[in-house]
Amino acid sequence: MLLSIAPSALPIGISGIEKRFGGVSVLRDLSLDVAAGEFLTLLGPSGSGKTTLLMILAGFVRANSGSIKVGGEEIITTPPHRRNIGMVFQNYALFPHMNVFHNIAFPLKQRRVSAADTAERVERALDLVQLKGLGERRVDQLSGGQRQRVALARAIVFEPRIVLMDEPLSALDKSLREHMQIELRNLHRRLGMTTVYVTHDQREAITMSDRIAVMNVGRIEQIDRPEVLYAKPQTRFVAGFIGDSNFIPVECRNGSVWYEDRKIRMAAVAPSSGSHLMVVRPEKLRLVTDAEPAGSINVIPATVGDVIYQGDSFVCYAVLEDGQQVTLRDYCRSDVLAKLPRPGEPVNLGIDAEDVVLVAAD
Amino acid sequence: MQSARLGDFGAGQDGTLNATALRADARRESFGLLALLSPGLLLVFTVIIIPIGWLFWLSLFDEGGAFSAANYARFFEQASYIRTFITTFKVAFFVTGACVLLGYPLAYMLSQLPRRVASICLIFVILPFWTSVLVRTYAWLVILQRKGLINSWLIDLGVISQPLSLANNFAGVVIGMTHIMLPFLVLPLYASMKTIDTDCLRAGMNLGASPAATFRQIFFPLSLPGLASGVVIVFVLCLGFFVTPALMGGGKVIMWAMRMEQTTSLYSNWGAGAALGVVLLAVTLALLGLFQWLLGARATGVWSSR
Repeated sequence: MLLSIAPSALPIGISGIEKRFGGVSVLRDLSLDVAAGEFLTLLGPSGSGKTTLLMILAGFVRANSGSIKVGGEEIITTPPHRRNIGMVFQNYALFPHMNVFHNIAFPLKQRRVSAADTAERVERALDLVQLKGLGERRVDQLSGGQRQRVALARAIVFEPRIVLMDEPLSALDKSLREHMQIELRNLHRRLGMTTVYVTHDQREAITMSDRIAVMNVGRIEQIDRPEVLYAKPQTRFVAGFIGDSNFIPVECRNGSVWYEDRKIRMAAVAPSSGSHLMVVRPEKLRLVTDAEPAGSINVIPATVGDVIYQGDSFVCYAVLEDGQQVTLRDYCRSDVLAKLPRPGEPVNLGIDAEDVVLVAAD
Repeated sequence: MQSARLGDFGAGQDGTLNATALRADARRESFGLLALLSPGLLLVFTVIIIPIGWLFWLSLFDEGGAFSAANYARFFEQASYIRTFITTFKVAFFVTGACVLLGYPLAYMLSQLPRRVASICLIFVILPFWTSVLVRTYAWLVILQRKGLINSWLIDLGVISQPLSLANNFAGVVIGMTHIMLPFLVLPLYASMKTIDTDCLRAGMNLGASPAATFRQIFFPLSLPGLASGVVIVFVLCLGFFVTPALMGGGKVIMWAMRMEQTTSLYSNWGAGAALGVVLLAVTLALLGLFQWLLGARATGVWSSR
């Protein structure tokens, strides 16, 4: 049955992928497992190798070594047209000489599906992406969002085992992009196909993914569920790339953590020694009245540099005693608004021991 | 001073605020543009409109200087004119066909090469442009004639016993002209192939089309507008071509332009020559119009180029 929960969703096993362009390593011994039906996002800055990995999965780029298994079957040398993988391209790559119907029917035509069957399946795919009745339109008569939907319909109409998406929403404006994120997410839930999604937009990745693989210079820095990546980043890169972060240098001595001469309480087990960075999200910092640590709250004194009102929230830039600048963000509840600090005012910043995360100081 | 008067024209009335001043401004701008265009327009008028008008005027007088349509009536009366006309189209057709057969794969190869390599190869395509047509035509004569390079090689190798007649006939004309016309087909075709989105080809393969099927169903249709413009350029250039058929045809292949030359310089019949020119021009324009009509419909239809 087409376009229902795909019973054919298959896992992908990527192992030991190496790719060099000229003398430059783009992917270094990269391994990654994607579960059947999972929505996995490759997130990273440009040049991190995420698109190259996607191209290797689709078969457009040949790796120097490594293995890709789909449902246990090796496909590393299978040509792209026999991989049965759907792909949504960044610029959609719709065929300009065909109308919407023929674009979507293209993969079915290659598979020699009968005309009647093709018409029915294209119709259902159009329905699924909410483009009913637009089959006869030319591609250049469509808006950006509609092209995006056609590209999506074309990529899933032949019930591929896997769907790849290469920054499919990057050409859309902000509100449409946010709308499409939810729509793609819901479509994935309905169809259940294994999806590998590439983006450099961390917010998009967090919104849509089951798991996110954060990539940097050809390696996966960390791979986990979005909430874990956000709450427990393992490297400075991940902490800096996903969400905003304050990095406060701390020292570990004999299993406890010290900032200047203050002992920092943390819920997790502290490393025994060495210089580390304490990762503090701006919204985890808050203004406290008491200068002494109480319960599980760490307190760090600071001086307010600037306060920026943003409607729903405010951002406070404060300078610690050692000159380090930190950012604090909070919602504008009326009790908070009444006590907004002024520039130059001394304040106490509170951080819960639960929210203290340490990463290696490079 | 102008700005001082702004706002004086019926200020306060809806839709008329500064309307006169804005209209005057628009008029001034179009006069300015016309003034900038005028040298070009003058040039076009003196080197194109006047000579062609004069040609047309000449064609309306017979040898005796009397006003008549005899020069045009001759086309229907003399079989040799019709033969020349047919030969011209036959040569243009074969040369265009040969250019497509040779040029399409060449342009395709160039479009697939890395840009740096392609630009070096393109120099070799353009290089013959910088050599005189006359020189190239004589070079072909040397290669193709009865005791030329090709025939002597083939005889020495024992492939043939009698020399092939490659020059001084129809084949020679087509070979020589194809060489000269090829860049006119390759360049627009290459340019249009370069604009084909490689992601479209990737999408084709991704969706299950083999490389050959992707070429047939995606690359080829998308390259057709470029091919069409190359074909039009080559065909139209062929219709009026003179040097190569005159030298390579050995007097056996009489094309329209050669007929014109004979009529004016040999028989000094300027009226008849002018009529030939007018007919060639009309036929060429009609052909261009036909292509425009065919391709125009396509261009606004499925073949929209980006």
